[in-house]
Amino acid sequence: MCAQLEATLSNELLRQKLLRPDVITGSEILLRSLLLEGVDCVFGYPGGAVLYIYDAMHGNPDFKHLLTRHEQGAIHAADGYARSTGKVGVCIATSGPGATNLVTGIATAYMDSVPLVVITGNVATSAIGTDAFQEADITGITMPITKHSYLVRKVEDLPRIIREAFHIANTGRKGPVLIDIPKDVSAQKTTFYYPETVNIRGYNPTVHPNKLQIDKLLAAIEQSERPVIIAGGGVVYSDAAAELLEFVNKTQIPVTTTLLGLSGFPSGHELWMGMPGMHGTYASNYAIQNADLLISIGSRFDDRVTMRLDGFAPKAKLIAHIDIDPAEIGKNVKTDIPIVSDIKAALQAANAKAKPAKSAAWIAEIAEKKKNFPLKYADSDTELKPQFVIEMISETTNGEAIVTTDVGQHQMWVAQFYKFKNPRSLISSGGLGTMGFGFPSAIGAQIGNPDKLVVSINGDGGMQMCAQELAICAINNIPVKVVIINNQVLGMVRQWQEIIYDNRYSHIDLAGSPDFVKLAEAYGVKGLRATNKEEARKAWAEALETPGPVVIDFVVSKEENVYPMVTQGNTLSEMLLGDAE
Amino acid sequence: MTATRHTISVLVNNQPGVLQRVSGLFGRRGFNIESITVGASEEPGLSRMIIVTTGDDRTIEQVEKQLYKLIDVIKVVNLSTRPMVARELALIQVQAEPSMRPEILGIVDTFRAAVVDISPTSLIVQVVGDSSKIDAMAELLKPYGILEFSRTGVTAMIRGFAK
Repeated sequence: MCAQLEATLSNELLRQKLLRPDVITGSEILLRSLLLEGVDCVFGYPGGAVLYIYDAMHGNPDFKHLLTRHEQGAIHAADGYARSTGKVGVCIATSGPGATNLVTGIATAYMDSVPLVVITGNVATSAIGTDAFQEADITGITMPITKHSYLVRKVEDLPRIIREAFHIANTGRKGPVLIDIPKDVSAQKTTFYYPETVNIRGYNPTVHPNKLQIDKLLAAIEQSERPVIIAGGGVVYSDAAAELLEFVNKTQIPVTTTLLGLSGFPSGHELWMGMPGMHGTYASNYAIQNADLLISIGSRFDDRVTMRLDGFAPKAKLIAHIDIDPAEIGKNVKTDIPIVSDIKAALQAANAKAKPAKSAAWIAEIAEKKKNFPLKYADSDTELKPQFVIEMISETTNGEAIVTTDVGQHQMWVAQFYKFKNPRSLISSGGLGTMGFGFPSAIGAQIGNPDKLVVSINGDGGMQMCAQELAICAINNIPVKVVIINNQVLGMVRQWQEIIYDNRYSHIDLAGSPDFVKLAEAYGVKGLRATNKEEARKAWAEALETPGPVVIDFVVSKEENVYPMVTQGNTLSEMLLGDAE
Repeated sequence: MTATRHTISVLVNNQPGVLQRVSGLFGRRGFNIESITVGASEEPGLSRMIIVTTGDDRTIEQVEKQLYKLIDVIKVVNLSTRPMVARELALIQVQAEPSMRPEILGIVDTFRAAVVDISPTSLIVQVVGDSSKIDAMAELLKPYGILEFSRTGVTAMIRGFAK
């Protein structure tokens, strides 16, 4: 208790120090403002246009900055930090190439509604528009992939802009906000004043649900015999997992969780059906296609979930959609009961009066589908199967690790075979499908959760897109367990070429990849390899016992496919179940 | 659903880049822009854009919702849902040897348009009205030879009694 009190006191002292109305530079204003916003780590990479900002960091004991080895690593780390903590992630890069290297990360965060404040330097205001050295119109370039952006023209505007940026990033439908700071603005001085309140006239998200619409939803539930909930990332982002669990228990509605919704509902629950969509479970897709009432909660009817739209949920008499973003409602699927609201607020309102659906027979029917069509794979004693590795990691971590993934087959196997228990424990690029995201995002997740086990699961392709960040794990002793599901090919592309392009394998062979164990060791990180089950168990146990970062290269079979699969142009009713029968 | 024409009034912060935000949104979401006008509004610091677009009901609903998501957008009103006044101005430079002038001036008078410039061989005609009136005027002047044609795009507001 005493230590806690001391910490509060020292925080308050720091706050008072930061708020002093000193005459300081734009760079010092930036650092003070970030600290006042509660930022405890910034991920970044210096360069010419941000030299004043980095100069202000020098010798500043309150400000923590992690130097990555690529700007893309910095922004994915900020993203992993944000997704795993719910706080705003912050990254800094210089003008021109520094800024454009952030573009993939900004788009990743935008597609998945992740709150980021992205700070870029720019050339001096007098040089803007002259094609100056390292000049790029980054506000223009990122306009379609940011929630909002600012080009700071006067140092006096900087505190208000930072205050607004944090507010916009982390309220309503969350997303990345870019602040572009010209070099002269970062050097100019003014009297510091940090605004307490934010007043943005054109921005006032609806967070409380319309009561009549909630009543309409509850009435529809009571009448329904075959209801289904699709729960998405919105449940996780609004910290509504407990409310969703209560809602499901009260209404007795089977739940399917989208990729970003996984971890928003406990995997072990009897009403949980797994993931829907292209690589969803049979039970989930069967339930959606046969539902009479479909309730989307914080999910946006993405094409990987719905597959062919005109054959999606054909038996649904009513579709309800709860979302914080009014533009998502009715965008892809015609909605009968629209509810614009924060998910937590909507579920709290609903839980106050929720009554069960007439779903007993339906639940039994789905239980039978779950039993008859489980996720499965042809296990082998000679070859290491990727699904086995994921199952092993899931079991040994009790479903309680924070898991980040890259994109491709291993991502789908994690979604299928890791049994998530806690919200914010799956960090994965869902909307944009960004390769290279898995490993650096784990670094951010570990910084944000220093006491938790963070496992980063990657393919051998994606791992090579941001492997350079092993350096910062090594020198900062960031104890991420870096798993490589190494099948020596671009597996998901191989799978499509096999199934859809008639075995015409084009440019998928990753021959020439490094020895990942040696690569890890070159960075000063422990490297382990496993090629069969026994080695896999042993290596994984050793990794878990190792206090620092470890790379584990699981060499798995090449020809494994992700099933079930609904190929593009088909409806959810047309699932390929694979050859594991 | 059939596509219909809609005139949408968008009140925006008069910030650098705001036109790019709005036009960029239309471009990347595949919404069509028939015309767009921007100018000062009744309130300092705010500008009003009038955008004429076509689309079915669902597209127009998305246009309005997506516009509202822009932080610099304060208010979006679909003027076409109520009685409105819509006007456009066009300048038409038409070939006019002195012998042809009386005939052209006759058309100008009928349309209550005005001649705003005369040269030995041409006239500039200014016409104000709804888009169809301007189309009609252009059609009538075409036989004389239109040298240059420039129109402002539509500006519009809801009628006082309909508010």
